[in-house]
Amino acid sequence: MAVLRPAGEFDTTYARDMATIRRPWQWAALFGFIAALYLLPVYASQSAVALINRIGISIIAVQGLNLLTGLTGQISLGQAAFMMTGGYLSALLVSRLGWPFFAALPVAALSTGVIGLIFGLPSLRVKGFYLVMATLAAQFIIPWFSRNAFPEILGGAQGIVVQPPVVLGIEFNEPGRYLYLTVSVLILATILAYNVSRSRLGRAFVSIRDNDLAAELLGVNLFKHKLQAFFLAAVYAGVAGALSAHSLRHINSETFNLATSVFLLGMLVVGGLGSNLGPIFGAVVVELLTEAATLFGPFFVGIFPAAAGGVQALRPLFFGTTLMLFLIFEPRGLAHRWQIFKAAWRLRPFSHT
Amino acid sequence: MNWQLLPQFAVSGLLAGGPIALIALGLVLIFKSSYIFNFAHGHMLLMGALITWWLAVEVGLPLWLSIVLALALSALLGLLIERLALRPMTGQPLLSIILMTLGLSQALQGLALLLFGGAQRNFPQIFSAADPYKIATPFIFNDRPIVIILKQNLVWSFIIAMLGVILISAFFRFTRTGLAMRGTSEDHELAQSIGLRIQRIFGMSWALAGAVATAAGILLATSSGLDLSLAVVVLAAFPAVLLGGLESIPGAIVGGLIIGLAQGVVAAAQAQWVRDTTEIVPYLSLLVVLLIRPEGLFGQKRIERI
Repeated sequence: MAVLRPAGEFDTTYARDMATIRRPWQWAALFGFIAALYLLPVYASQSAVALINRIGISIIAVQGLNLLTGLTGQISLGQAAFMMTGGYLSALLVSRLGWPFFAALPVAALSTGVIGLIFGLPSLRVKGFYLVMATLAAQFIIPWFSRNAFPEILGGAQGIVVQPPVVLGIEFNEPGRYLYLTVSVLILATILAYNVSRSRLGRAFVSIRDNDLAAELLGVNLFKHKLQAFFLAAVYAGVAGALSAHSLRHINSETFNLATSVFLLGMLVVGGLGSNLGPIFGAVVVELLTEAATLFGPFFVGIFPAAAGGVQALRPLFFGTTLMLFLIFEPRGLAHRWQIFKAAWRLRPFSHT
Repeated sequence: MNWQLLPQFAVSGLLAGGPIALIALGLVLIFKSSYIFNFAHGHMLLMGALITWWLAVEVGLPLWLSIVLALALSALLGLLIERLALRPMTGQPLLSIILMTLGLSQALQGLALLLFGGAQRNFPQIFSAADPYKIATPFIFNDRPIVIILKQNLVWSFIIAMLGVILISAFFRFTRTGLAMRGTSEDHELAQSIGLRIQRIFGMSWALAGAVATAAGILLATSSGLDLSLAVVVLAAFPAVLLGGLESIPGAIVGGLIIGLAQGVVAAAQAQWVRDTTEIVPYLSLLVVLLIRPEGLFGQKRIERI
């Protein structure tokens, strides 16, 4: 999609040419949107705020996966395992060692990144579904570890109770307050992901995705960049997992399972692989589908009496069907659709895109 | 290591590897013809077992008839999946294909829950659970001969699984369709240019894989009961396939048996923490295989000799 600029707009400096937010009204819209997000607890219901919380956490995890899978092309089925690692680490740092939350969160995220590096090591030797298998192994070994190792610390299969985070003396113990935390971290994560994607690092990632041999011949260090991608993805997962654990107040080996990993990958595809808007679109759509499953649950239970717990059945059914339809009819995701829509709007009344 | 129990666990582990080998065979079948690794195999297996249960218990058909019907229905399901979900994916990148099978697995999971519910079911017993086989071994430990006690269903599952494997290998080796499938797996374009209708062959291999999955599902359900966790058991077969080599049918069998044996031996260990690793043994061995020999035990060279 060629970049379409309105007639008469000349970029006279490099900074202006590279700018993302180009017009005063765009700045106004951005700040208006952020303000609306922060003021959400004032005018929205408790359940809507909780939903936005979940969406925000999912977006962070999917952004990490986008760096790894969307940009670098390394398919990972282990993102949920890294979320779990981050959740456990942050919970333990806060409750066992008494660390403040704003210190525990980055430390947990970076340690998760290191664990991500370990499971990223096979990527140096294998590609494609061999790599999927290696990350799948992470998805089995990490929850197993949390169930069986150090039961006095990790709490075995029951898991551990997580304290609500306290930052600057304020306890974030209800969805309305927790939202400020989620949205703040989400904004930082989005800025970082966006800047990674358009920096030298992001271009190296994309070159590895498009053709790893060619990238290596051009002087891109495969070893370094693949591991960097795994590290970044795991850091994002760690942050998302820590936020999720502190918001749910409880974590065990089932909180983030294989299905979570599949959902995260699905969100990425529905939103659009390798696009910065993709994770946001995808997470919003898939989380809303889950909400729809909750709404329609009782209705379907009426039709299919065997289905005890309609949500459990409808959530994977809705998600799986949506993912399959997207793969067949719109494999480039909603972000691509959005690009087409924008271009059509700019070229109006000419329909050529 | 508990030496008294080691032979017992080793043999029953090896026998438990039979169904794993059958699952691995289903995965290899699809991979060989269409180069798709089917992450939805577990849920195809679950659906097959649930359909069998529904026909035999809810509808009340005789067991043999419901098994035959279920095999036919799951072949149809495989055909349908290939036609509706995987054929539009031809020529798409690997990620799309992997995600398609993952999405399929989620959709089937939802469908299974919607139609049959998530409760634990009692699968009709095919083999008597009461009197197990006893095999005396020539080994003596602590002045007592070691006797291996084997449940009937374990032995018969193994035998049936191995029969299925032999049958399918013979099908590949001796029939025209099998030959066409082998040809397709070598090179899609080449196969097409000599007049093979590769879309029909893809459809047939999916149908066959659906039936094989159901057979494995029935065998697993007779020994461990029937609920949604059946789909997760299949995840133990993924490492088996990689261990044996993705394209190799003998590899699938050897891989399945090795994984079963390894789980059995670990379960015989004295230390609790070693025994705890039973469920992740397949994945630990997978990591080792990936790091040392990613193409598996039976690499490309041996495939040509099947």
